Amino acid sequence: MAAQSRSFLQVAATEEVAPPLRVVQIEGLVILKIIKHCQEFSPALVTGQLLGLDVGSVLEVTNCFPFPIREEDEEIEAEGANYQLEMMRCLREVNVDNNTVGWYQSTLFGSFQTVELIETFMNYQENIRRCVCIVYDPSRSNQGVLALKALKLSDSFMDLYKNNNFTGEKLRDKNLSWVDIFEEIPIKVSNSALISAFMTELETDTPVRQCDYDRLQLSTNPFLERNMEFLIECMDDLSMEQQKFQFYYRNLSRQQAQQQAWLQKRRTENMSRKAAGEEPLPEEDPSNPIFKPLPEPSRLESFLVTNQVSNYCNQINGVAGQSFSRLYLMKALHED
Amino acid sequence: MASSGQTVLQFSSSSTSVSARVHPLVIFNICDFYVRRADQAERVIGTLLGSVLPDGTVDIRNSYAVPHNESSDQVALDIDYHHNMLLSHQKVNPKEVIVGWFSTGFGVTGGSALIHEFYAREVSNPVHLTVDTGFKNGEAAIKGFVSINLSLGDQQLAAQFQEIPLDLRMVEAERVGFDVLKPTTVDKIPNDLEGMEASMERLLALIDDVYKYVDDVVGVLLQIMTSANFYQTL
Repeated sequence: MAAQSRSFLQVAATEEVAPPLRVVQIEGLVILKIIKHCQEFSPALVTGQLLGLDVGSVLEVTNCFPFPIREEDEEIEAEGANYQLEMMRCLREVNVDNNTVGWYQSTLFGSFQTVELIETFMNYQENIRRCVCIVYDPSRSNQGVLALKALKLSDSFMDLYKNNNFTGEKLRDKNLSWVDIFEEIPIKVSNSALISAFMTELETDTPVRQCDYDRLQLSTNPFLERNMEFLIECMDDLSMEQQKFQFYYRNLSRQQAQQQAWLQKRRTENMSRKAAGEEPLPEEDPSNPIFKPLPEPSRLESFLVTNQVSNYCNQINGVAGQSFSRLYLMKALHED
Repeated sequence: MASSGQTVLQFSSSSTSVSARVHPLVIFNICDFYVRRADQAERVIGTLLGSVLPDGTVDIRNSYAVPHNESSDQVALDIDYHHNMLLSHQKVNPKEVIVGWFSTGFGVTGGSALIHEFYAREVSNPVHLTVDTGFKNGEAAIKGFVSINLSLGDQQLAAQFQEIPLDLRMVEAERVGFDVLKPTTVDKIPNDLEGMEASMERLLALIDDVYKYVDDVVGVLLQIMTSANFYQTL
């Protein structure tokens, strides 16, 4: 029956609909490597490549390697590509999955929502169907939290970005607001049984020295101060963007007023021409500069800045919660 | 009194006092390479990267596996691969140099001596790390060795692998994530407050332990002081 048997060509032609990405499964090894790399070079920002497998709705990240810090030089670009190829080839020889599934980068106090991030995403998306970006914040980890996030651009945002169209109506059409740009994906950590066994064996020895005291330290001033500084800068950026919009709207209304005036003039001219029996002139004149449509400034920047602001606020919230618990703890200890 | 004509087999004592510090990343790496090894290979061999601290401790920070072929009488190591990986790693972190090599499996075998000699040509006094992935004695044994030369008078006899103390330390950030690294799966990374809770529980447990310890010591002292022998031992 023709309906049941499909030719190979037909099957190959139908695109599979990929199930949506629900969770990112990272191996403990990858987390340690990312931490080590970012911590060593902090406060400089570093990046690296993630390797793994794409299985159904789970993206497994099984290994990673760091990128050397690149200077802004044209010939070093080729070296960077060479390095990547070399690393992937070598890792394949020892049976590591050499499938790129994304990249990781370190950030400073959570200020990672930039246009470069989006551009890198688009670059990766052209080659890989599903990629993820893992962001690690070494400064927050000094506060005692494992600050690891897995991010992905939402599909609707990607379509919009491809058309490079961020005007107000388009965004309202798609019902896209600043929350919808980045999607955070929950992270699951997995370890091979061998590693678990080793870690459980090796852990017992010195619980006293290995306690994570840093989480309990009372001084959070520097962290909060930096956060507030960045927050204030972001608010400045936001107000600048808003000024741009105000300027645009003012120009737009001025242009419309000019257009109306010109139209009126044309109409009266036409009436007088009709009375004189001549051809009426067209009511539109595309060559006249006042009819040139003004470009609406893109809302992308303001969206990104809003994202950053919300990030900082969340961080401050978290730290405040922690500090309160610490203070209560100290109070209880003192009462004893 | 032995005549001075007799020569004595000298074991130079561990006055070299080399000790090594191993970061957990290295162990994770080695285990991962072991799990992924080719089916016919029994063990995995690779290079250790790190640095030597000013007080002589060797700080082992990173590692990578090197493909090798091992048969009963000879060992072949892919030296090109080893150099390529070294160059790639040094592009990222030029301060990490070769400090030794690792192998999985318990103890030291005959082939290891040859490999150790190769590494001794790359760096002076390499450290050999063995990670017992087979859990031979029912426990996880990670041992470090350096090679000491056995000499009989003036003649070189053999090289002996002598064990050195190892120290497994974790950097602060790694310590934070340790709970996440131990079990086989963790469903989500704990956020700020949950992490706080875990830390406070740990602190509480610590305080309890210390309390008990102090109580015990005081109890024993009290016992000693009230026992009849005390004044006699003065």
